[in-house]
Amino acid sequence: MSSKKVRFTFSTASVTEPLVYQLGHEFKVVTNIRMADVDEKIGWVILELIGNEAEIIKSLEWVSSKGVRIDPLEGDVIAG
Amino acid sequence: MSYEIALKCRECGRKFELLAIYSCEFCFGPLEVDYDYDQIKAKISKESIANGPSSLWRYEDLLPCDTSFKVDIGAGFTPLIKSQSLAKHLGLKNLWIKNDTVNPTWSFKDRVVSIAIARARQFGYQDLACASTGNLANSVSAHAAKAGMRALVFMPDDLESGKVIGSLVYNPILTMVDGNYDDVNRLCTELAASNNWAFVNINMRPYYAEGSRTLAFEVAEQLGWRAPDHCVVPMASGSLFTKIWKGFKELQHIGLINNLDTRMSGAQATGCSPISKAFQEGTKNFVPQKPNTIARSLAIGNPADGYYALKVMEETDGSAEMASDAEIVQGIKLLAETEGIFAETAGGVSVACLKKLVESGVISTDEETVLFITGAGLKTVEAVVDNMKPAIMISPKTEEFMDQFNKLK
Ligand SMILES: Cc1ncc(COP(=O)(O)O)c(C=O)c1O
Ligand SMILES: [Zn+2]
Repeated sequence: MSSKKVRFTFSTASVTEPLVYQLGHEFKVVTNIRMADVDEKIGWVILELIGNEAEIIKSLEWVSSKGVRIDPLEGDVIAG
Repeated sequence: MSYEIALKCRECGRKFELLAIYSCEFCFGPLEVDYDYDQIKAKISKESIANGPSSLWRYEDLLPCDTSFKVDIGAGFTPLIKSQSLAKHLGLKNLWIKNDTVNPTWSFKDRVVSIAIARARQFGYQDLACASTGNLANSVSAHAAKAGMRALVFMPDDLESGKVIGSLVYNPILTMVDGNYDDVNRLCTELAASNNWAFVNINMRPYYAEGSRTLAFEVAEQLGWRAPDHCVVPMASGSLFTKIWKGFKELQHIGLINNLDTRMSGAQATGCSPISKAFQEGTKNFVPQKPNTIARSLAIGNPADGYYALKVMEETDGSAEMASDAEIVQGIKLLAETEGIFAETAGGVSVACLKKLVESGVISTDEETVLFITGAGLKTVEAVVDNMKPAIMISPKTEEFMDQFNKLK
């Protein structure tokens, strides 16, 4: 079992779709949402994905193909 | 003496031990240092600060580290300069310039690294690491050299030569990564997780970020213990911006300043402006961006403190602006020609955004404003080299010079 903490950013096109819910159904991955903020134009969710590593990677590729941006929880580690 | 008492989650308020951690176990929110302000208030005074050293260590009671571990190459207590010509040019009656270009490695990053390295030594780390587009790399390399620690510095492989040499000279282990920002981020997150390093903006981040508060402490002290009406601050991750505001609030809380009515406005480059764009669109949910700007020091597409910066703008009735590459160059030149200060691209962003804020009426002519200039120009000569008036070229003959000189008039 491994776990990955990520931030999803939804665009206007993807913000109304139940993508986190679908991700949990399409893949053997448990989604654990910790923080989120969504409005009509854009939204983000910080969540933990728990499952086997290959399955997590597959699920992230899938959600990315739906137009969701995936970032590490920390934001950019690189600084000025 | 340090009065830090815990790390506190900025979202849920849960408290954690003072360890090398940065995010809340429960809600994943970022952690921030919490202090015993009653004790600080009892101990600190304007006099005790005035009697301290001419560096940021004069605020030691407000810093999150045991100062016996400090590594002092002279960061902080930089000049606050009253602007005459730039103020007049912009139509402002009361403009100050906080000139942080004169820090030991010529940027404000010496403030955050001073705290990060002291805390890292206190934790017992041997290695100080960072991922940087230049300024942070310079500062980490220099401070580690002074402390006899190993510096591990990661950079994209296409940076200005001033920033590369400005790191290499201190003999760090410098790694230039052939990849985009996302690649560098991913690599460094992995390396940080699998090595026992003090990574200044990962596991040291709660302590590191506190160093930026010293800019607020200095400005207030230099103004005679009061806060200005308006601050214009360059933003990359947004940390500096939020911490200057935190610093002013703390000074008010411990009674060193009375009124606090400062408006905080942020400055970004148009080619990397997730925070300013969100502000202008009226949302706190910024969209991460792929940076494309000459202001490499501000080219952070997914700003860790972007959300908090937007909250500070809301709280203080502040604003946000952005400047194109051409405007950045004009800003650098305007500051140099009016104030004799040669800033790097981030300074050009600050000047250009201040100009826009005044022109649009966000900053009124009589607001006492502090402009933060956070890095020096010799680091980014590439940005301006093609935009200078050419030198007079002659052979060593008086007539030739006079001839050319007379043409100028
Ligand atoms: C010169 C300069 N100014 C301002 C900033 C803004 O820093 P922050 O990430 O705290 O917003 C940086 C670095 O990132 C910088 O190098
Ligand atoms: Zn929390």
